[in-house]
Amino acid sequence: MTDTIRSIAAAVRSGERLAVAAVQEHLDRIAAREPEINAFNLVLAEDALERAASIDAEVAAGRDPGPLAGVPIALKDNMCTRGVPTTCSSKMLEGWRPPYDATVVERLSAAGAVIVGKTNLDEFAMGSSTENSAFGPTRNPRDTSRVPGGSSGGSAAAVAAGFAAGSLGSDTGGSIRQPAALCGVVGVKPTYGTVSRMGLVAFASSLDQIGPFTHDVADAALLLESIAGFDPGDSTSIPEPFHALSPALGRGVSGLRIGRIADLPAGADPDVQARVEEAFEVLAAAGAEIVDVSIPAFHYGLTAYYLIAPAEASSNLARYDGVRYGLRVSAADTNAMYSATRSAGFGPEVKRRIMLGTYALSAGYYDAYYGKALKVRRLMAQDFAAAYANVDALITPASPSVAFPLDSKTNDPMAMYLCDTYTIPSNLTGDPAMSVPFGSGADDLPVGVQVLAPALGEPTMFAVAAELERAAGGAR
Amino acid sequence: MSDRISLEVVAKVARLARLELDEVELMAATEQLGDMLDHFADIDSLDLGDVEPMTQPVELVNVMRDDVELPTLDRDEVLAAAPDAVDGRFGVPPILGAEA
Repeated sequence: MTDTIRSIAAAVRSGERLAVAAVQEHLDRIAAREPEINAFNLVLAEDALERAASIDAEVAAGRDPGPLAGVPIALKDNMCTRGVPTTCSSKMLEGWRPPYDATVVERLSAAGAVIVGKTNLDEFAMGSSTENSAFGPTRNPRDTSRVPGGSSGGSAAAVAAGFAAGSLGSDTGGSIRQPAALCGVVGVKPTYGTVSRMGLVAFASSLDQIGPFTHDVADAALLLESIAGFDPGDSTSIPEPFHALSPALGRGVSGLRIGRIADLPAGADPDVQARVEEAFEVLAAAGAEIVDVSIPAFHYGLTAYYLIAPAEASSNLARYDGVRYGLRVSAADTNAMYSATRSAGFGPEVKRRIMLGTYALSAGYYDAYYGKALKVRRLMAQDFAAAYANVDALITPASPSVAFPLDSKTNDPMAMYLCDTYTIPSNLTGDPAMSVPFGSGADDLPVGVQVLAPALGEPTMFAVAAELERAAGGAR
Repeated sequence: MSDRISLEVVAKVARLARLELDEVELMAATEQLGDMLDHFADIDSLDLGDVEPMTQPVELVNVMRDDVELPTLDRDEVLAAAPDAVDGRFGVPPILGAEA
């Protein structure tokens, strides 16, 4: 069993344990198993030990390094780190060193955390298996013949393998929750606007949100509290302080109304569905009232998402033109240079989404595709709002299946997209959702149950997740 | 929306997106985009006439800050990461070239 964030920070702050020792222990596990897992694009062993030593010096001098003192944290490699390569797992940004730190990196540092490395992802966060990385796939630590999920597969695998006590990912359509489910760890997509995206390389700006991966729910609360809160550097940042989550963890679910979506799209495997049914039973036994609700727009989420996200991506990724940073393929004039650079730098899935988005936004098709998708998005928000008038939280599967074998979906983009069926709606609405490990399914692989809540409903969401975790025996 | 997307349209989209696709890639893209658009036709049955489009989840508008000077990125550090820099600026090949 690997240590929790709480236990490491408490021991380091009290001087009971050296941060250097905690970090070294994680680096040792990386050395032993990383060649097989490939969770990282870059391991920052020397930097991490140096930083840990400075944390220890602070403690020795009688100062408190903060709530994450000496805690080894891994960062998805789409978050900018000053002077440290940030690739988005793309040839386009290979070798690029950002001139600034993302706000989340500054906040982790201020809280005393130690960054141990940058984790692998589907190129530019586009994918559900981490197989779309230009630097090779990440493997699931629970079964290395299977994918870890994606796009934050490296961050999920790093926590599952004990390479880091916690990690950060980004979630545009499920890219934190689905890999968390497949790797058997906790993954949270907070309310849109709660965690600053300043320094997160943009994929789809109206959907992207940063969140934590951890071993348990209480660690997720602590890590999220450490990175959340208003940042003037992100114009979509909610200009209010983030509410404390830790007090909600022991609340229980007594008196809560928890919704079952009667018209949830079919498609979850029976083993996953069985765990979700058990989750409802557990919550009912703990005093929650289970209420049927209807969200008709849920069925259309996939279509709305796979038009809106590529449309935004086609615009955001226009910046990769070989002029200011990253790859340049030389050509006789700038137009030829743009095309040569983009054709060489982007992988097949990124090209596919740029094409789809460009098409959905192009003259003659805008109203038929992008315009309609935005209206479906409104229906989604209205349907969820109506449901939340009657319930405090909702429960669904996080992923339709347990971790699937490598290469089993790589030739069928639509099959891969269906992995996001249950996670997409929360990105469209901006509401929070999280995946919590809840038993196992086929081949003894982990199953994640998804808890959804209305905007800024994180305290309730964490209370429900903590109850499920207690029932599943997952709390440390 | 029922007509299957054509190779010509896909080729045009690729040009708009500044992507060069060879014949094989173009045919694969036409097939895959066609499959996706078939799936996405499920929203055609919805009555969306009076629905207001939703572009973002948080209804923040006109986020302003005081007009004061703040630290900016260091020019030399930024240019050091560029593929080409000339006299403190980004260097690019001729804008008016063969294709202009």
